[in-house]
Order: sequence, then C-alpha cells, then structure tokens
Amino acid sequence: MSTLDSKIPKGPLKDKWTTYKDKINLVNPANKRHIDVIVVGTGLAGGSAAATLAELGYNVKAFCYQDSPRRAHSIAAQGGINAAKNYQGDGDSTYRLFYDTVKGGDYRSREANVYRLAEVSANIIDQCVAQGVPFAREYGGLLDNRSFGGVLVSRTFYAKGQTGQQLLLGAYSAMNRQIGRGKIEMFNRHEMLDVVKVDGKARGIIARNLVTGEIERHSAHAVVIASGGYGNVYFLSTNAMGSNVTAAWKAHKRGAHFANPCYTQIHPTCIPRSGDYQSKLTLMSESLRNDGRIWVPKNMDDVIAIREGRLKPTEISEENRDYYLERRYPAFGNLVPRDVASRAAKERCDAGYGVNKTGEAVYLDFKSAIERYGREQAKIQGIENPTKEKVLELGEGVVEAKYGNLFQMYEKIVDENPYKTPMMIYPATHYTMGGIWVDYNLMTTIPGCYAIGEANFSDHGANRLGASALMQGLADGYFVLPYTIGDYLSNDIRTGKIPTDTPEFEEAEKNVTDRINQLVNNNGTKSVDYFHKRLGKVMWDKVGMSRNTKGLEEAIEEIQSIRAEFWKDVLVPGSADGMNTELEKAGRVADFLELGELFAKDALERNESCGGHFREESVELDGEQKGEAKRDDDNYAFVSAWEYKGEPKDAVLHKEQLEFNDIELKQRSYK
Amino acid sequence: MNLTLKIWRQKDSKDKGQMVTYNVTDISEHMSFLEMLDVLNEQLVNTGEEPVAFDHDCREGICGMCSLYINGEAHGPDRGVTTCQLHMRMFNDGDTIFIEPFRAKAFPVIKDLVVDRTAFDRIQQAGGYISVNTSGNTQDANAIPIRKANADLAMDAAECIGCGACVATCKNSSAMLFVGAKVSQYALLPQGRVEAKDRVLNMVNQMDKEGFGNCTNTGACEVECPKGISLTNIARMNREYLSASVKED
Repeated sequence: MSTLDSKIPKGPLKDKWTTYKDKINLVNPANKRHIDVIVVGTGLAGGSAAATLAELGYNVKAFCYQDSPRRAHSIAAQGGINAAKNYQGDGDSTYRLFYDTVKGGDYRSREANVYRLAEVSANIIDQCVAQGVPFAREYGGLLDNRSFGGVLVSRTFYAKGQTGQQLLLGAYSAMNRQIGRGKIEMFNRHEMLDVVKVDGKARGIIARNLVTGEIERHSAHAVVIASGGYGNVYFLSTNAMGSNVTAAWKAHKRGAHFANPCYTQIHPTCIPRSGDYQSKLTLMSESLRNDGRIWVPKNMDDVIAIREGRLKPTEISEENRDYYLERRYPAFGNLVPRDVASRAAKERCDAGYGVNKTGEAVYLDFKSAIERYGREQAKIQGIENPTKEKVLELGEGVVEAKYGNLFQMYEKIVDENPYKTPMMIYPATHYTMGGIWVDYNLMTTIPGCYAIGEANFSDHGANRLGASALMQGLADGYFVLPYTIGDYLSNDIRTGKIPTDTPEFEEAEKNVTDRINQLVNNNGTKSVDYFHKRLGKVMWDKVGMSRNTKGLEEAIEEIQSIRAEFWKDVLVPGSADGMNTELEKAGRVADFLELGELFAKDALERNESCGGHFREESVELDGEQKGEAKRDDDNYAFVSAWEYKGEPKDAVLHKEQLEFNDIELKQRSYK
Repeated sequence: MNLTLKIWRQKDSKDKGQMVTYNVTDISEHMSFLEMLDVLNEQLVNTGEEPVAFDHDCREGICGMCSLYINGEAHGPDRGVTTCQLHMRMFNDGDTIFIEPFRAKAFPVIKDLVVDRTAFDRIQQAGGYISVNTSGNTQDANAIPIRKANADLAMDAAECIGCGACVATCKNSSAMLFVGAKVSQYALLPQGRVEAKDRVLNMVNQMDKEGFGNCTNTGACEVECPKGISLTNIARMNREYLSASVKED
C-alpha cells in the first residue's frame, strides 16, 4: 500500500502558501512555448485554468462536451461567491472564512488547502471586477454583499441570481482572448474517454468527437481534469443533463485514487418533484433563505386540508405554523448549513407534515420579508400611513429586484405566484464534495494528472457551504494550479512534443473503441434511461439523505445486478460514426453504475455521521444535541482514498489522516 | 393529452432532411417541452429507431444550449423562457406541433434539431473580453466605484445566454442583439472603456464575416429573447460603432 503524501508545506498555516510560492521551480517564458497542457472541462475551474495557463505561455488544449465552453454547468450557480474582503466591516477575515469553511465541512477537509482558498478569495473578486463581471452594487457605487448559510457575516458577492453565469462568462471571455491569440485550441463537442499514461505519467487523452464520432488522440505534458461533480448518479439532480463522472472515472481507472465518494450535498431548497417523467430538479438559490422563512403546519389537520385542496397556506395563522429551523436552531435559524436544513426538512416530511400530494415538500415563505421591505420603502419614499396593499406592492418590488429571476423560474415550472403564496421546496442532490484525491499541488496519484474544482475532493470536507463552490473553482483555476503545475512542468522543458503514435496511445484508443463497439452492437431491449432511473432510485432510497448498514449492503448488491443487466440488455440505436446522443448517455451511465457502487461502499465503510453523510447508527442520544448527527473523530478523521482494482468491490482503501493544528475539533452546533 | 408532432429529421449536415410525423400520448400538462421529447425518444429507442437529436443541458434556462423553433417561434409560444422552461400547459389536447431547428446561414444544421452556433464563439473571440491577465495583482475591486444605474444596465445586457433565438427569429438572421448586448456590457463599465473602440469594430467585423444579416429595427429579437435583452443595446452598439469609425484616437 503506497502512502498518500499530501505534500503540505511545512511552517505556520498563514505562511505555507507564500513560502511555497517563493520556493517552487518556475518555467521560463521561452520554454513554456514548448509545453502543452490539456484541460478537460470549461466550467469555472477548467475555464479559468485554461485561460491563465495560456496567458502564462503554455499551449493549451481545452475540451468540453457542450457546443460552447460558455455552457458548462457552473453557469447555473445562482446565489454568489464568498470572499474574505470584509467590505461590510462585520468582523470577517481570512481566518474566519477558513474557520467557517472547515467547520461547515464538519472537519473533514484539509486545513492547509482551505486556508489557501480563503487567502486567495479576495483576489478573485478583484480579478473578476477587472474582467467586467457586473456584480451587484450599492447606490454609492461600491460592491454589495449578502449572507449565506452557516456563517455570521455578509461575505457573499453576487450578480442578481446569476452569479455563476457572470463569473463563467468572465472566465469564458478570458479564454476567448487566448483562443483568439491561438494559445488555446478549443475542442467543443468533444468527450474525453481515457487518460493516456506514458512511463507512469499522464501524457494525453483519448477523446471522441461528438459530431463526427471520430476517436482522437491528443498528447500533452500534463492533463487537468476539471469535469465537475457526479450528482447525476442519482438520475435526478440539479446538475445539467450532460454532467457526468466519465472523465474523472477514467482517470480513476488509470490510477487516480477517488476520495470520499459518499460526501454528497443534498441541497435543501429545490422545487419538489412532480412526476415520473421528470428529467431534472431545479434549485432555488440558498440566498432565498436570507429573506424566506421555512415552515410546515403545526397541526396534522391543516396538512391534510392542504393536500386535499381545502385550505391554502396563506390561510394558516402564525401560531399554527411550525418554523422548524427557527425552532430547532435559534442562533442560525433559516441560515443553517445545507446538510442541516435538508435533514430537518426530511424529518418533518417523514413525520407526515409534507405539504404537497407526494408528502415531500415544505414551505419557503416571503411574506414577512415583503412586509418588512415594504414598510422600509414606504419610509424611504416618505409615504405616511401606507395601505396594506401599498406596503405589499413596495415590498414585492424589492424582492423582485433581489430574486426576480428565481421567482420567475419558479412560476414557470410550478404555475403558482410565489409573491402571493409560499414556494414549495424539497431537498435534491446538488453537489458532490467527494472527487479525485489530490495533494496540496492539486495533483492526483497519477503524476502529471491534476484535478480541480468540483472534480477534486479537497476543500469542502463533508459539506460545502453556500457560495463556496464558485470560490473554489476560480481559486483553483486562476490562482493555485497555474503555480503548482509549473513546478511539475519545470522538469519537462527538454521533453519535446509527446508523440501519439506509440503503443500507449494505441492501447488506450483500442480500449475506447472496443467499449463503444460493445455498446452499439449490444442489441439489447432496454433504453439507457431505463437503467439510469433504476440506479437513481437505489441511490436516493438507500444512499441518499439518511443511510444505514442494511440499506447500503442492499444498495451494493442491487447496483451490481443493475450493472450486469445493463451490459447484457442495453439498447443503443444508431451507429458510432456520427452524432449519437444515446451512445453518449450509455457511456456515462456505464461509469455511473461503477461509481455508484464505490459510493455505497464508501458510505458503508464510514460508520459515522458527518456533514452530508448521515448514518442512522451515529446520532447523539441525549443532551442539547439529541437527534443531531454524531461525528467520530477518533476513528474517522481521515480522507478515504480508493484505489481502482477492477470491480468496485475490490477497490482498496488508503487513508489520509487529517491533522488539525489551527482549529479545534468541536461538535458543529448551530443552535 | 395526445399530440401530433411534425419534427425536422436530418441525418447529418449533408443530408437534405425532411419533416417526419410522430404521435405521443398521455402527455402531462406539468411536463416541460423537452420532457415531452424525452417521452418520444424513449418510444423511438424502444422500437430500435434513432431518437431525435436536440441540444439541451441545464434544463433551467441558463446555459443557452437548447434551441428549437416551435410552431414558428424561437423557444415556442411562451414569453421570457427557453425551450427547456416551456411547459406543456401551453398546449392543448389534439394539437399538432411543428418542431424545427433554428435556421440561419450562420447556424448550419449538424443533425436533426442540432445546429452549429460556434459563429457566436468566434464573434466573442474577436473582442468580447477585457484584456486583463489573471495575475492576481489587479487593483482592489472597490477602487473604482461604478454608478449603480450603469452597473445594473451592464448586468441586464450581460444576462444574454447566447442561445441564438434572436438570430433564428430575425428575418435577416441578424446577430445584432447578441453582439449589442456584449458590446453594451463592456461599454457601460469603466473597465471596458479602454478597449471599447477596437472591441466594437472587431466584433462587428467578425459578425459580418460569419454571414449574419443586418438590423432593420423590426424588434422580433427582443420579443423572442428568453432573457428580455433590450433593443437599446443595439442602439448603444450603433452609437459605439459610429463613433469608433469616425473618430481618430
């Protein structure tokens, strides 16, 4: 068993990154021209990395499966991006952002990485403003902030409800500048299907041109995986339809350890599912919890009346409402972290208080906020004794300015007006904290293969705080990887172009074409979605918000049998030599069917509750925290990094012990 | 509800293509339009036929990947939505729905309903950026206050999702709303002023090269735009273009 060296620099936490940067090897500009880097994925991490590496002078080849790099799913992030700017003067600092993130992640992330993230966060905002990202501003012309869950300061920068879009378009514009100069060669509608290793190092990829069906060989001196998370293993999630684990999984199969696959974020505020035909779930930004209050009726009679359509939520009086987050967590109220809010919603719905026909919905109510803003506006505008209608009108205006696009999105999907009646929400799979294991340099266990953004595992521990994904994606791509990769590439200045007519590329290409041929020639009887939906159901029921030994053992067996059936009976119409969307899906689902099993195995192995991973066997039995998740630091304060050995059941566990020198391990309390 | 679908099928860019008729039954009014197409595709796959290829990804109206010309309208009959946000409650039992790809010289068909919109990428590459390196040494984000009204206008323009509905719906296949939005976003911000002249000239030049038509102020693009990008962005671009063309530095 190899030891996992996280390569954390020595010295005090505060100086690690600075000292590290001072000491690493650099590549001179003339030599950078002879070095190629492949970046797979063009979201915030991949896009920003590709642009920055090209600015530095490397030759970058960037790949995305969408028709344009601008469509990567980072674009759908709504609420905002955190940065320790302390513009509000409310006590924020690098240390506090670091502390909140480690605590929010339930003490399962790597201290040094998180501190570095907090340290570069402020730079991200400077950079994005310089790029023309239109962040929200106050009347004085300075940047505005808002609050997100799990913290007590306002450090979140935002651009309406489309922060991810604006940040991604910023990275995309930086990429475009380099594409225009010829420093980035862009491969749209391409999917990476294997990593090629030469002498143990990552030296290229095999990709499929999704328009022509051609299988292509691409070589480089380093390969960066920035392909996002694997939430679509649940079939239904807030991810884009195409979001997949394939690139990360292929790297795993070639030797990159996969870390903490069971850490998944089930986001508390999504639009509930409505029927079997549903293809995806839609998120309603966490920022809504700044102003929205979450509740279910106190009395079962009211719940039944609502479900039968005899009662409207607006008709239930204040004293008959259970604002359960405010009741259970008075200190943080509606702004508890996501894992806590999700479990609390599940608890109420399991107890029978769900407010829609499926019994899986709670209310997110803006009435108090609308009234509060309305009265404030009336005062500002000098309206004396405003009517109730006027107050509501003014308040709705303020809420519309803040969240208009989200409200519109909700109204289009649900066909109800959320200004007048509370939204219905329920948790849904949103983000995966687990991912490819990386060291401090963001390098995987394959030399020369890096993983950044959601694709890696390092910064969010067992639960990610809101507005931290955008921060991490851009930190990795703009400010961390460009340094760390240089240290590695400094050994490649004499290597020269990597040839692709070698046995290694030959073998990898054959591996890819064999599998594609197997899929298109399988002549089974069931569609890809048939299998994907079955996998998703097992994952949601047994490896979802609440997990136990029995369920996880069953899940492992069931996934194995779905996988066997898939390969026997999947039907992929059409051919491999042209655009074939079913073939694309089939390849991705085949990988999800392997990942899903490892995911359940990891969840079974980790017999503690931490962050988004809740084991029914591990809860507080008494005291103030009764019923809350119980972490087990003595036995589980480590990262689980799984080594590929063929079947997922044979994967070998490597442990990276987590050391906390600057933070005291405490029970995470939001009460 | 039960529906008749008339869908454009085209094997690849060289194929001539034709409308093909399909029937779907038991469609729920709560389904999205693309979920209705999923039902059709599942039906086709189960009989061994190739499903209809169409572009889609986020299915929440922000990535800009979905397209479709539905009953003669880009993104279909609803306003302020992309096709993936269009719901079947906009249709009635027994309807016949015509589904075609976005059509424009600059958006060649790749397969069925999938078109090539990389012309938009190339316009952005010609100047849709601010030339600032990611050194981390830029000045503090609050060093230059920006008037809220301008920041808000820039944001309104920046909301464009690059779907191409404006081009598809324009009788001239003009991309002026798309280009105008990008030019406006940067023109309204102090950071963007430095390169404003070169940007507008280069982007307009590339737009013409790609084969997009000119603007004749019909305003159909604004009506069909799922993000409500305003025509004033075209006016602003024209102003920027004119002054960049006539004034020496």
